[in-house]
Amino acid sequence: MATVTEHPAESFRPSQLVYDTRYRSMTIQVVAFILIMAGLLWLANNTVQNLAALGKDFDFGFLSTRAGYDINQRLIDYSNDSTHGRAALVGILNTLLVAVVGCILATIFGLFAGVLRLSNNWIVSRLMGIYVEMFRNIPTLVWILIVFAIMTEAMPAPRAFRGDDPAAAMSLFNSVAITNRGVYVPAPVFGAGSLVLVAVFAASILGVIFFRRYAKARQEATGAQLPVLWVSLGLLIVLPLLFYVILGRPITLDYPMLQGFNFQGGIHMRNSFIALTLALALYTGAFVAENVRGGILAISRGQTEAAFSLGLQPGRTMHLVILPQALQVIIPPLISQYLNLTKNSSLALAVGYMDVRSTLGGITINQTGRELEGMLLLGLFYLITSLLISGALNVYNNSVKLKER
Amino acid sequence: MTSISASHAFVRTEILPEQAPPMAQAGVLKWLRENLFSSWFNAILTFISLYVIYWILSHVTGWVFFGIWDAGSLNECREFRDARYDEGARVACWSVLTDRWHQLMFGFYPPEHYWRPILAFAVFGGAIAPVLFDAVPRRMLYVTAAAPFLCYWLLWGGGTIWGPVAVAAGFALPFLVARFGEGVFGSLGVTVMAIIVPILYWLFLAGPMAGALGAVLPIRITSIESNDFGGFMLAFIIGITGIFLSLPLGILLALGRQSDLFIINKFSILFIEVIRGVPLIVWLFTASILLNYFLPPGTNFDLMLRVIIMVTLFAAAYMAEVVRGGLAALPRGQYEGADSLGLDYWQSMRLIILPQALKISIPGIVNTFIALFKDTTLVVFIGLFDPIGLSNAIRATTDWNGIYWELFIFIGLCFFVCCFSMSKYSQYLERKLRRDHR
Repeated sequence: MATVTEHPAESFRPSQLVYDTRYRSMTIQVVAFILIMAGLLWLANNTVQNLAALGKDFDFGFLSTRAGYDINQRLIDYSNDSTHGRAALVGILNTLLVAVVGCILATIFGLFAGVLRLSNNWIVSRLMGIYVEMFRNIPTLVWILIVFAIMTEAMPAPRAFRGDDPAAAMSLFNSVAITNRGVYVPAPVFGAGSLVLVAVFAASILGVIFFRRYAKARQEATGAQLPVLWVSLGLLIVLPLLFYVILGRPITLDYPMLQGFNFQGGIHMRNSFIALTLALALYTGAFVAENVRGGILAISRGQTEAAFSLGLQPGRTMHLVILPQALQVIIPPLISQYLNLTKNSSLALAVGYMDVRSTLGGITINQTGRELEGMLLLGLFYLITSLLISGALNVYNNSVKLKER
Repeated sequence: MTSISASHAFVRTEILPEQAPPMAQAGVLKWLRENLFSSWFNAILTFISLYVIYWILSHVTGWVFFGIWDAGSLNECREFRDARYDEGARVACWSVLTDRWHQLMFGFYPPEHYWRPILAFAVFGGAIAPVLFDAVPRRMLYVTAAAPFLCYWLLWGGGTIWGPVAVAAGFALPFLVARFGEGVFGSLGVTVMAIIVPILYWLFLAGPMAGALGAVLPIRITSIESNDFGGFMLAFIIGITGIFLSLPLGILLALGRQSDLFIINKFSILFIEVIRGVPLIVWLFTASILLNYFLPPGTNFDLMLRVIIMVTLFAAAYMAEVVRGGLAALPRGQYEGADSLGLDYWQSMRLIILPQALKISIPGIVNTFIALFKDTTLVVFIGLFDPIGLSNAIRATTDWNGIYWELFIFIGLCFFVCCFSMSKYSQYLERKLRRDHR
């Protein structure tokens, strides 16, 4: 006779909320939610009270009022009659300028240092090791200040370039002047017909792309290889040069000239910009170098040996076997280094470069007294930039993910 | 055999003495050939590097080693230089370091109290030793437990020693409740009481108790304002506090982000991404100018404390991502193995998952520590006197107006020593904990 155990009637007891795993997670979440919401409400309530006590409101109208301050480095038209919103935009563009130039330089430095650190040349690899360790272990801020001090203290003043026997000379065939007030480089002047030249250049880039595609298709079909490199170089360099001469040199350079107490003409890059960009690029470059080195080391030796045993030449081994795999390891941390560089560009404050933190988050806040709104916008700008960059990273990660079974 | 050698005159009977290998295949020459001149490209690289090294050394060596150590101001430095070397020779003026040594180390901390930060630092050294190295006796861990309270009291002072002691005693209460409270409150009650009892104790009992003990045995030291803190002491205080608070917080956030609980998971992600998306400078400015908006009207607390909180939260978000990487790298089987042993969530985390995950993420964790320590320099922007802030202050005095390199080099060197030893320690730890058979 089988005994049937009587199931006790399911009656809900409060203690089940804690001890029964079916309900426990719900309890925890509800409690956490209530606590977090209460905390946020408390903060919001405090803010409202404080604003009321100070007689302030929450209003972004200040963005369309007259700014009244000057910005010495700008990419778009701006005067002190422009609005605070425009000042913020100038700052944003300045931040992005530093970020883009810095990222490009950091990639170049990092690639060189990373590859050279793996070189079998003892002295070069040690030298690169010193570079990497020095920049990784000393704060960015110190580096920015050091580069700034080098630019302002150790470089010759413009008047040193004067006279028959000047103490300083312009470098690169008299085109670049490095002074303690900044670096002057030639500026391109676009004359008549320069549009045609730009179009020709764009067309030759397109031509290179199509030619490569054609060469690849042909190699896969017939096995014959075309001289891709030489044809590409010819298309990219010779063709635009030819048109440059035919069109009568439409693009000329405006060289900086010493006039009076200072250089005139050309592009003036301020010390603040150079110090910030160069220091950030060198600093980030050290981290990139480590990523590059790690990425190349991560590819097992067997891959190289397998490629050799297939009869691939060293160049093709690198190009077809090692690099595609190494890039997969290198690029994600590389992009997060870009992100770091962009955020570190807010250190512009140290050298007086007018980035978005100095315009919107600095002078504008001081003049209008809108700390809450200004900091909120500033935070949002950085947040959106970061999310965009990390979004791009995710897209990339998904696209190169090894299709494993 | 003998018959062969006898019949053929060209067959040797005895072994020739060994010859030295060719010049190019041994010793220094071989090393040079292999490591410096293995190809024409390498040879060019070698010469470029040698030139770079020569250029740097020729510019820097004399400047560093002929530097002047005994002047009282920059002008005096220049007079000494002109007297000792050629007029206008390029030599460093290290005197700024000797002249302002105490300021660089302690900021504006009152000189008669310098023993307090030094003692606190020694206590910290004793507290950290058993955590870092196995060879140190385990009993030292008691010092570790007492160190936070002792160091706080030594650095800030104010009141008797019994204040921190009374607060520290509160941390023992949950264990006492758990040990003896089971019968009184029931098993659910114990959990609740373990949280409530210490809070009640800190709110109502700790103050009077410290007061009473202080009346009996008054061991007190003068209070010192946070404004007086500065120099490397400040960098160390912010850095060390941030490091030790951010690790547990970061682990909790990482667990939250990995959690199945929807609300906790989403809030963790939100917190981590918002903190990481915005630069530390913006957070520090938030702490210095905005925090008053978020707190009840009339509250105003120490700027240094706000900075420590901000730096901790900031580092915790980065730490969370590092630990999450470690958690994700563990094979799924480890989680399932823990579950099948019947361990509950916290047991499996504590005994199985976290020890392995943290081991994997050691390099990342130490990198975050290093980044945090380097980031302490940013507090200069909100008016705290960290080493860089002090270098600006020193340059602003008439004595040392116009001195740059010596201060920057000194500050950079100090940071380098700290950060480099941290990264070397992490490599040592990795080697020590490695369990695979390579």
